[in-house]
Amino acid sequence: MADETTGTPVSGSILVVGGGISGITTALEAAEVGYEVFIVEKNPYLGGRVAQLNKYFPKLCPPTCGLEINFQRIKNNKNVKHFTLTEIENISGGPGNYDVTLKETPRYVNGNCTCCGKCAEACDVEIPNDFNFGMDKRKAAYLPHEMAFPQRYVLDASIIGKDAANKCREACEYNAIDLDMKAKTFNLKVASIVWATGWNPYDAKKMDNLRFGWIKNVITNMMMERLAAINGPTGGKIVRPSDGKAVSSIAFVQCAGSRDENHLPYCSYVCCLASLKQTTYIREQYPKAKVTIFYIDLRTPGRYEKFYKKVKADANVFFVKGKVAKIEEDPVTRDVLVTAENTLSGKKVQGRFDMVVLATGMEPSTATVKVPGNAKYDENNFVISGDILSTGCVKKPSDVMTSGQTATGTALKAIQTLVRR
Amino acid sequence: MEKKIGVYICSGCEIGSGLDIEKLSGIATKEYKVPVCKVHRALCGEEGVGVIKNDIEAEGINTIVITACSPRVKYDVFDFGPDKIVERVNLREQVVWSHDWTKQVEVKTKDEEGNEVVNVETRPNDDTQMLAEDYIRMGIVKAQKGALPEPFIESITKNILVIGGGITGLTAAIEAANTGYDVTIVEREQELGGYAAKLRMQIPTSAPYDQLEPTVVQSKIQEAMDHSRITVKTNTEIARISGSPGMFDVSFKPAGTKSVWDVQPKKKEEEGEEKPEEEAKTEEEPVELPADQIKCEDILASDPDAERFGAVVVAAGWRPADPSEFEHLGYGKFTNVVTNVQMEEIAVRGKITRPSDGRQAKSVAFIQSPGVDGDDSDFPFCSSVTSMISLKQAKYVREDDPDAKAFILYKHMRTPGHYENFYRNIQDDEGIFLTRGEVTVIEEDSAKNLTIEVDDTILGEKITINVDMVVLATGMVPATKFEPVINLAYRQGPEFKDLELFDGYSDSNYICFPYETRRTGIYAAGCVRQTMTIGESIEDATGAALKAIQCLESANRGMAVHPRSGDISYPEFFFQRCTQCKRCTEECPFGALDDDEKGTPKPNPTRCRRCGTCMGACPERIISFKNYHIDMIGSMVKAVEVPDEDEEKYRIIAFVCENDAYPALDMAGLNHLKYSADVRFINVRCLGSVNTIWIADAMSQGIDGVLLIGCKYGDDYQCHFVKGSELCNRRMENVAETLGKLRLEPERVQQVQFSIDEYKNIPAVINKFMETMESVGFNPMKGF
Repeated sequence: MADETTGTPVSGSILVVGGGISGITTALEAAEVGYEVFIVEKNPYLGGRVAQLNKYFPKLCPPTCGLEINFQRIKNNKNVKHFTLTEIENISGGPGNYDVTLKETPRYVNGNCTCCGKCAEACDVEIPNDFNFGMDKRKAAYLPHEMAFPQRYVLDASIIGKDAANKCREACEYNAIDLDMKAKTFNLKVASIVWATGWNPYDAKKMDNLRFGWIKNVITNMMMERLAAINGPTGGKIVRPSDGKAVSSIAFVQCAGSRDENHLPYCSYVCCLASLKQTTYIREQYPKAKVTIFYIDLRTPGRYEKFYKKVKADANVFFVKGKVAKIEEDPVTRDVLVTAENTLSGKKVQGRFDMVVLATGMEPSTATVKVPGNAKYDENNFVISGDILSTGCVKKPSDVMTSGQTATGTALKAIQTLVRR
Repeated sequence: MEKKIGVYICSGCEIGSGLDIEKLSGIATKEYKVPVCKVHRALCGEEGVGVIKNDIEAEGINTIVITACSPRVKYDVFDFGPDKIVERVNLREQVVWSHDWTKQVEVKTKDEEGNEVVNVETRPNDDTQMLAEDYIRMGIVKAQKGALPEPFIESITKNILVIGGGITGLTAAIEAANTGYDVTIVEREQELGGYAAKLRMQIPTSAPYDQLEPTVVQSKIQEAMDHSRITVKTNTEIARISGSPGMFDVSFKPAGTKSVWDVQPKKKEEEGEEKPEEEAKTEEEPVELPADQIKCEDILASDPDAERFGAVVVAAGWRPADPSEFEHLGYGKFTNVVTNVQMEEIAVRGKITRPSDGRQAKSVAFIQSPGVDGDDSDFPFCSSVTSMISLKQAKYVREDDPDAKAFILYKHMRTPGHYENFYRNIQDDEGIFLTRGEVTVIEEDSAKNLTIEVDDTILGEKITINVDMVVLATGMVPATKFEPVINLAYRQGPEFKDLELFDGYSDSNYICFPYETRRTGIYAAGCVRQTMTIGESIEDATGAALKAIQCLESANRGMAVHPRSGDISYPEFFFQRCTQCKRCTEECPFGALDDDEKGTPKPNPTRCRRCGTCMGACPERIISFKNYHIDMIGSMVKAVEVPDEDEEKYRIIAFVCENDAYPALDMAGLNHLKYSADVRFINVRCLGSVNTIWIADAMSQGIDGVLLIGCKYGDDYQCHFVKGSELCNRRMENVAETLGKLRLEPERVQQVQFSIDEYKNIPAVINKFMETMESVGFNPMKGF
């Protein structure tokens, strides 16, 4: 596996930066034509955002199903090599002849790890669980999630040099924990680079009126995915964060950041469908619960229209056209009070809910971390595909199916760079 | 290859704590007389792997049975090269991590005074031990029965055929040609370009996505015409495509004519498919040959003048939808009510003028949604594209006459992603009025001016708008809705499957794998797959071009394409015993098989996806893969030791899908979820490959029940081979009948639909089945 060695630098190969669904797809589609591909991922596992999703719309099927197939494809294809916990430090050269400097941060766990879990049992330090957006804690020696690929533990850097780390090392029977592991820098020569570093949920705290971070029962749509997931913080039970109680009324606030010139001027493409999908999570768990969706326009293009109709047919789901102006908390019950404004008429609508989900939009990862090389951006920090190709949600807001489509085409563009040489 | 088997037992990860390793070794050395059997405390470590490598070198071991963790992990360290058979026995996730190692046993002894007392003692759990022992038996047998597959390589052509010369087809052709492949574009019309060539301007395709752009299609046409690797055939249609990836033989014909090589539509078997048949009939009347009289040789014969291609991209595009069904909108009745396609034709000719009198339009209303009874859907076949077309055409009205007004009446303005920038730009135009509302009726006065009544506006009141012209934002109907387009000379019929599931689009049903079709080597792109903008079509075409290239490169190496990408095994047929029952031909989800006039199947290996559904279907059991066959799995079933009835232990065989159910079992193990040790799992490529003989073998051997755990089926199927789990379920009806004849309860065989993320339910599924076993009791055939 590519984790073990830095690999022999080979020119004529493709470097894919980002190991989410777009990066994996680009890499595999090119590799299955017969080209050598490197996947670089900053997390300790591949899968990216989709690994955090509970289900895909409109089929309501589990993302792990497709990921499992893709991981099998990686396992069976010697053309694909992957580096986790690795980021790109520098890119020099140009198409056909790139020299890339990569930096791997230590996992503190080597290839001997069998995933037996003894280190986690021995570890007495808990840290917030990023995978679940901090809604629960995990041991500082952890497997990021059950389906994590590569299936290998990680030691959080915060315990290195402390007693907890030594306890982990002592518990390991396979000599897999290496506390002396250091960050290492290495170089790859590649002919083509694809930037597929995806997106981050827009920081909901930036929208003062929506009170995320202050009102406990206001969560984001990505948090809802983790709440509904069987391997999430509540084992898949959707409950109020403030008191862990069952919910009977939930509101979704669409365009929380998107289509707003003060935040994300563009439409994030997936949020309408994500909320419709999450409505089905709630309705499945709570046959009596009522769901209200505050929206500007429902964007359910193509075959998704059928899915919208299915959700709309549910008598317990209500659609209110209007932009949410204000969110408050009832200090006694901790219920959430939502005031929406009909943007044209100015009429006010108010509602009381157990819980509110903000349909926060997607911000390209390059809004925070730029490409360390020659790349162009549009005014919203999406990477314009050029010499360095871009694909997936770092190129444009997309759903999974479109990402797969675009990534497949990007694989061909990358191959053309090699062929032309 | 002369096999020399080595069995390597790992005692790490609690395998050694939960099991009697010495007894396990005994199974290999004594029962199966395996020449080499070694135990290591961490087989996956450098030292452990070294032991195996050393035996390969020194002892000539070439068939390696590793009894350790799941084959899903440590796949890389246990890879000893392509000339070695490696069989993994999962003693970790599916034995010691999911079953109790010990159990409480009541032991009768006598105390000092000679009285009988009962002590509860903790003993090793013999059920768990027996499970591990059976798995080792099954693993050794599997290694004995398997052979190394060798690829089936035929001489192939790498040319690519692109059907359709619109923006999608042109892009696919150019992209493939630029990658070094020869391409032929077939276009039915006299000119290339399709609808994209009939536009005044196109919706933005590049940052900042806020301005209309001149259409890109003319430069694409030029590029294609000038490209040395691209051949263009206009005025041409496909009469038939026969053969398989790498060797598709394609008969062309002049557009609109009949040819002796025309493929007849397949007789529709299902009632639900009546509609497309009717439409097809009106198209090609008179049908000379009744559809149900297709001759076998028609399918297998190839036109000697056909051209050979390796793969096909279908970019047949769309046709304008007819909005006449929405009578209240007056289309067809009022001259100045036009569709967006007609509007574009007007716009291309010059200023926006009214059809009735040629006067320049001063006010134009665009209607996004037919709005019948409060329905907020856009017109059928719209996607979000028609929202943007209306915005674009509203801009034309304003550009042509700065005093003119445009009204856009919508239910939902659909400008996803970057297209929002374009919408915002249009909103800034003070002459374009955008309002939500439902059009209740359109009326025409004597001057052919139109009055629109709009209800349910955002202001909550009815409004009336007087305009010169109305444009209906009608949809784009995929060509595959009307005709097969690809005209395959395949036994299963000339068209893509599952069209009805997607309203006629030839789309994929996989979120993760958008280019999947049920016809290997034939990839749809552009508006035949989904209604798309030009920008989206270009991206989609590029992806389809890659898939076409990938398919023919895979065929060239004798490898399967998705989902078993890279698999070199392929089905082999022992024709002497074939009874021509045609089940394999009919059941293959990918239509890989044709048959001759006698019904003998003709395998087309490059069409095959290696799921083994044909193997599962064959009642004569004549279909096999080198490394996956009836005897292999049957022998594994028979390797399970069935305890005598007086031992009061059930034995269950569970066939599990290796893509979803098997990983779920691993996840259950990782979470140390416990379930009955009476069940033996056998992973299969797909439940579709399960042959009922395995079930019969199990039953006649005294196995008490058989469980089949596979993917969900139905419209939202999750089976990676589309139909495997569903076909398996259909076969179960026959199984129930057979069981009845044997006087066995039908409940003994059950299929469960299971998703990979449901691993926490594994114990519940197994327990439920065990309860059924308790209620029906032991298999009465035990011991016979």
